[in-house]
Amino acid sequence: MSGWRVACLVARKDLLVERRSRVVLNQVLPFAGVTMVIFAFALDSDAVLERVAPGLVWLATMFSLLVLVQRTFAIETDDGALDAMRVAGVDPRAIYLGKAMGLAIELLVLEIVLLFAAVILYRQTVPVDGIALLAITLLSATCGLAAVGTLYGGLAAGFKGRETLLPLLTLPAVAPVLIGATRAVEAALGTAGAVVSDGWPWVGLLLVFAATFGVGGSLAFGPLIDE
Amino acid sequence: MPVVKLDQAVAVLGHFPALAGASLLVQRGEIVLLRGPNGAGKTTLLRVCAGLVPIVRGEGSVLGLDLKTDREAVRRIVGMLGHQNGLYLDLTVAENIRFWGATVGATENETSAAMERLGVADRLAEVPVRKLSAGQKRRTALACLVARRAQLWLLDEPHAGLDAAARDELDLTLRAAAGAGATIVVASHELERAGSLATRAVDVVAGQVNGGEQ
Repeated sequence: MSGWRVACLVARKDLLVERRSRVVLNQVLPFAGVTMVIFAFALDSDAVLERVAPGLVWLATMFSLLVLVQRTFAIETDDGALDAMRVAGVDPRAIYLGKAMGLAIELLVLEIVLLFAAVILYRQTVPVDGIALLAITLLSATCGLAAVGTLYGGLAAGFKGRETLLPLLTLPAVAPVLIGATRAVEAALGTAGAVVSDGWPWVGLLLVFAATFGVGGSLAFGPLIDE
Repeated sequence: MPVVKLDQAVAVLGHFPALAGASLLVQRGEIVLLRGPNGAGKTTLLRVCAGLVPIVRGEGSVLGLDLKTDREAVRRIVGMLGHQNGLYLDLTVAENIRFWGATVGATENETSAAMERLGVADRLAEVPVRKLSAGQKRRTALACLVARRAQLWLLDEPHAGLDAAARDELDLTLRAAAGAGATIVVASHELERAGSLATRAVDVVAGQVNGGEQ
């Protein structure tokens, strides 16, 4: 069976597990929503909130990413399924790609909800000429986050202190996504006078980041999860 | 052609020779029990046969595939079951078996046959694995091995954690599987139970196999 088909199988399985367990719906989305509300309470100034809204959306996304990654690997380690896949000779690149695809779809849903929350809570508006930039930023940043999250999630899955190890590994690695995606969304929304053309170089950074971690992750994942 | 053939195989864990010149022949349809104290090399022997631990000296093959050069190919035809079942607890029995079957391109007919063979096709098929008893989970895991066409089953302490009824159920399942052509190698400390199940028993002592080439 081709690696691509196995990857689709793994992604489909992860989404099916989510549909059954509803962890994203019942736990991660409320967590992200509460984070957004707490930011609003903490900053307590409309002017400041409007200025920093894009960054807050991505910060909430990063924190939620950690929960999602822990969940996506918990379903693999609860009964030794990840080990079983390696023992069964399933191509680790396909496992990596499939897990990253499943994670990316969940992240994308989360980001869209968070953007709506920003519109409501932080009084953001989305200009028509910024929609394309916003959409491509979401897609490219999501790919980068999913690539990093899957790589370090797989690495941390084998360790006892994975709950603390995962944020330590992941958050520094996704800093370029936080910066690039925040700047690009600021440009898309016209925050603090930014214009749409300011955002495209940041999208370039996000695409390079996603490609680098995607290729590197797929090559490194096998040795990381193997014994 | 023997299913497993090890000839003076040496396997190293770290710097420790966990297998120190082990020789073993297993024929199709056999249920071979590996006996021995903790640390004797039983689990390593299973992991070598699964293509997970390389042989550094000596020779070895599984169904004609070389354990030195074709380990990835060996993994695809071998099923290994340890203390965990490798199942997704939120998915149903049928979804788990379909998933594992699909990883090797198994057809819907093959998946259904695997479920029938292990007795999980009817009442249990749509039950989430989380709600199954330990014995039913084991049966589901074995059905996954069948669905992904594992020809050699390597079982490490398969009775561990099961109650008496589940153990009886597992033994019946393994006998039926061997009768249907599966070859099974079992490592166990429960000599009475596993001994009555096995068609042959060999002793693993200090990384070597006594009586392995019969």
